[in-house]
Amino acid sequence: MIKEFTKGFIKENPVFVMALGLCPTLAVSSSVMNAIGMGLAATFVLVCSNIIISLIKNFIPNKIRIPAYIVVIASFVTIVDMVMEAYVPDLHKSLGLFIPLIVVNCIILGRAEAFAGKNNVINSILDGFGMGLGFTLALVVIAVIREILGAGQLLGYNILPQSYQPMLVAILAPGAFIVMGLLMGLMNLKKK
Amino acid sequence: MEFIGKLFAMAIAAIFVQNFVLARFLGLCPYIGVSKKVDSAIGMGMAVIFVMTMASTITWIIQTYLLIPLNIEYLQTIAFILTIASLVQLVEMIIQKTAPALYKALGVFLPLITTNCAVLGVAILNINEKYTFIESILNGLFAGLGFTLVLVLMAGIREKLEKAELPRSMKGMPIAMIVAGCMALAFFGFAGLKL
Repeated sequence: MIKEFTKGFIKENPVFVMALGLCPTLAVSSSVMNAIGMGLAATFVLVCSNIIISLIKNFIPNKIRIPAYIVVIASFVTIVDMVMEAYVPDLHKSLGLFIPLIVVNCIILGRAEAFAGKNNVINSILDGFGMGLGFTLALVVIAVIREILGAGQLLGYNILPQSYQPMLVAILAPGAFIVMGLLMGLMNLKKK
Repeated sequence: MEFIGKLFAMAIAAIFVQNFVLARFLGLCPYIGVSKKVDSAIGMGMAVIFVMTMASTITWIIQTYLLIPLNIEYLQTIAFILTIASLVQLVEMIIQKTAPALYKALGVFLPLITTNCAVLGVAILNINEKYTFIESILNGLFAGLGFTLVLVLMAGIREKLEKAELPRSMKGMPIAMIVAGCMALAFFGFAGLKL
């Protein structure tokens, strides 16, 4: 049972190993704060939709299961959107478009289809938490690298000496692709 | 004349300056997944242009004549994703009946488009930017064109990369990411463009 929880961290990490959910990963990883916010929002949606889908899986006709999953996911995304707008308006603003876009994050639909639609509630909750935290972990790793290189900061605090000239490119769009490519290469190297 | 000038500025912005893939990070899954061959990249690009234009049109109508009058804007995400999913299904059926040749060319790519975040992205952006009906349609079209442009360019580079000598661990996905990074860097050159 523990395996259902921990497999998402490294062995089946949704971002680095399965290359799912690339759009939000690259888009919000310019600062660690955004990365944590996005990761937790996606984890919440993932766990809740896994619970509901594993509970109702026997009532959904097989042919229309994908639209049914999407409606469940979209409802939770709407909840997250409204809650974040109310309690953390700054974070909500900086994540912007990518909060409603959690609906089309392939990780969530992928877990619904591959796991929650076939397993019981307890395992689905563990799977959702594991995968969600794996996604958050990947986001934070990328964000830490980009924020240190690109701004010389971590969570908004200066950690490098004043003489450090920030590599602006790291927090801009091209830096996201390059850091991601190098990290994926590193994962491949470790696997062999 | 002023309208045409505005449209031109919108086209340049959507295709080059704020490219959906390279600057906004939308639609990366097909960008990396379907860019191994130029032929399939063109097919995917055409399908995306079509669906994005249609989706912009229909979601704008739904937002203006259904969600706003009934005061249920908070259902936007659910309404839009369902619209796009059924639109893709409908388009697939219509093309299959009326243009079998086109269906054969686009066939496999159509179902993939539902989960392409660029489509939902452009629909939501149109509303957030408060575009008019015509502007929304054209924005969808231009965004699709921008997506197709970088997808086809990427496919051309990756066909060449097949033969390049690379460290084993960098083959495939990792090098594709680095190439995308270089391409984004090149597209950054358009950022200073003022229209």
